[in-house]
Amino acid sequence: MENIAFNIALLSYLVAALGYSLYLVYRKPSVNLISATTLGAGLLANSVSIGLRSVETGHGPYTTGFEIASFFAWLIVVAFFLTEWKYKIKDLGAFVVPVVFLILFYSAFQSRELALIDDSGAMFWLTLHRTLSILGYAAFAIAFAAAIMYLIQENQVKSKKLGIMYFRMPSLEVLDDLNYKVITTGFPVFTLGFMTGVIWNMKMDETLFSWDLLRTWPLIVVWLIYCVVFFGRILMGWRGKRTAQGAILGFVSIIFTYFLHVV
Amino acid sequence: MAHPNLILVGVNHKTTPVEIRERLAFTKGKIEDSIERLVSFPEIIEHTILSTCNRVEIYARAKNPDSGIECIKKFICDFHGLSVSELEQHFYSFRDEEAVEHLFRVSSSLDSMVLGEAQILGQVKDAYSLARTLRSTGLVLNQLFEKAFKVAKKVREETGIAERSVSISSAAVELAQKIFNDVENHTVMLVGTGEMAELAAKHLISYGIKTIYVASRTYERAAKLARTLNGSALDFEAFKNELYRADIIITSTASPKFIIKKEMVECAIHERKNKPMFLIDIAVPRDIEPEVNDLENVYLYDIDDLQVVVEANMMEREKEATNAMTLIRQEVTKFNNWVGGLDAVPTIVELRNRVEAVRKEELDKTLKKMSHLSDADRAALHQMTISMTKKILHKPTTKLKQKTQSQEGHVYLKAIRHLFHLDD
Repeated sequence: MENIAFNIALLSYLVAALGYSLYLVYRKPSVNLISATTLGAGLLANSVSIGLRSVETGHGPYTTGFEIASFFAWLIVVAFFLTEWKYKIKDLGAFVVPVVFLILFYSAFQSRELALIDDSGAMFWLTLHRTLSILGYAAFAIAFAAAIMYLIQENQVKSKKLGIMYFRMPSLEVLDDLNYKVITTGFPVFTLGFMTGVIWNMKMDETLFSWDLLRTWPLIVVWLIYCVVFFGRILMGWRGKRTAQGAILGFVSIIFTYFLHVV
Repeated sequence: MAHPNLILVGVNHKTTPVEIRERLAFTKGKIEDSIERLVSFPEIIEHTILSTCNRVEIYARAKNPDSGIECIKKFICDFHGLSVSELEQHFYSFRDEEAVEHLFRVSSSLDSMVLGEAQILGQVKDAYSLARTLRSTGLVLNQLFEKAFKVAKKVREETGIAERSVSISSAAVELAQKIFNDVENHTVMLVGTGEMAELAAKHLISYGIKTIYVASRTYERAAKLARTLNGSALDFEAFKNELYRADIIITSTASPKFIIKKEMVECAIHERKNKPMFLIDIAVPRDIEPEVNDLENVYLYDIDDLQVVVEANMMEREKEATNAMTLIRQEVTKFNNWVGGLDAVPTIVELRNRVEAVRKEELDKTLKKMSHLSDADRAALHQMTISMTKKILHKPTTKLKQKTQSQEGHVYLKAIRHLFHLDD
């Protein structure tokens, strides 16, 4: 049952990703509606698959690579629907949903063995750490999509070559504002996730600096990138292209870190 | 009504120079009179006159298409005191399907001078509503025009025919909308009081922009323009320090040298904490140093850049016109089917056949049981059933023929076909 739900989610995300990309080219309102409905169905199936597994393990989707990737995809879709509802940027789906699909697709190849942790003290911190971190990552995924759209639109206006995307994408200010809002929300959450991760590590190893450097350093780099983007924006008034590039660099390093840190 | 005999006679900006078009135009004061005069022509069953600055067209239904076309040509010329032979070369005329397609193209703005412009649909609507008020249209033209409006709406919604700006000032507004979220809450600064700049500013004001500054070398001129635009005037020397206040700057001075330099905009953007700026340089020679565009969050367009945008948009509209034509052809076919459905004859024939079959069947059954009847009795019975069915069908079929000429004709046809199971 859990596997069926997972496969439905995976298929729905693929169809939705293709649908949204198609909508970018062919402006048919029905295509957008079908994509959104399919994505919604995928989210439901994804929830069922996560829920069933959690019942089985007795804890949230925080322990194995499979669980985390599946949960990550789920949270991005939730964040996407919230953004859509607030900003109504119809083309955002074409940039977010393929990322969601790839994440879930990757998780399909992960081991589905159950990992049980019985130290309840450590479990509390792990839950907190993973939830907060993945929430932050989901916000950064939205910022990444908005940033790509910003750079495409900015390039067109700047170079004075106004292609088909120029007419379809929203204004630079809207995209920049979205980027700003999700990063200023995502960064503090991610920071808390980072800190609770340190606590979890201490609980597990009882020492603060026994971390595996190869696994920890990239995470610090990610944090530093968003820290620069966050404070650059708030204190120095950075906007537009620079913050968009920061959001893209940040998300790419998250993907790298993910492989080093979790796997 | 197998042949509705739709005809169209007209001249437009492609076939006829303006000197002739203006002489053929049915101007506001004269159009009602002309519609009423055309109503009295026995040759013409229904008609609508469309007269705009780019076209004069009469859409009609005639008893005979050939003589109908000649009749309308003569009417147009006589009405304006011109001779047909002199104007023959300018007229075009279409029939049935071609006339339908032409009207669909005209109302969808595919036949306009500026492809995709919105005005023509309103003009066609006005022409039709006047014709309806004066009762010069009937079943077919009413349906034709109502359909044309729907087609025009569909073309606008489903193709990009009207999507892109094709004038300098609207392209500038469109750019502003792609840079800023809510253009109306932004600030415009005019540097110089050129006519083009004023036009662009007025265009922006029509989108709701409220804060306007005007700077000019002569303060009085700045103050005068500021008054008409409901803005405030700035001293020419002071404007350089006030640049940071403006989100959109439009320059149009006669200065031979650049008056806005890269360093100035750099300072302004710093002061604005990188909030984007959109600079439009309409002046020739240019007022703004082109390197300004290299600054982050600053977008500079000069008159040539805007011209290039407009031309590219125009080309896109032409591409979209091909898609629109596909859509229009489908709609023409649908309209033809509707016209075909108006024809009462096939339905009447089917109805008669159906009744005749029943008559024969029942008569045969009866005669078989009454073998004692003489041949003369049989013939009399035969005759009686024939006249009975004829009499029963006479009134409904005549009524049906009449009704198919009216607005709700197709409803009657449908009902008859349904009640007598003619489509089974």
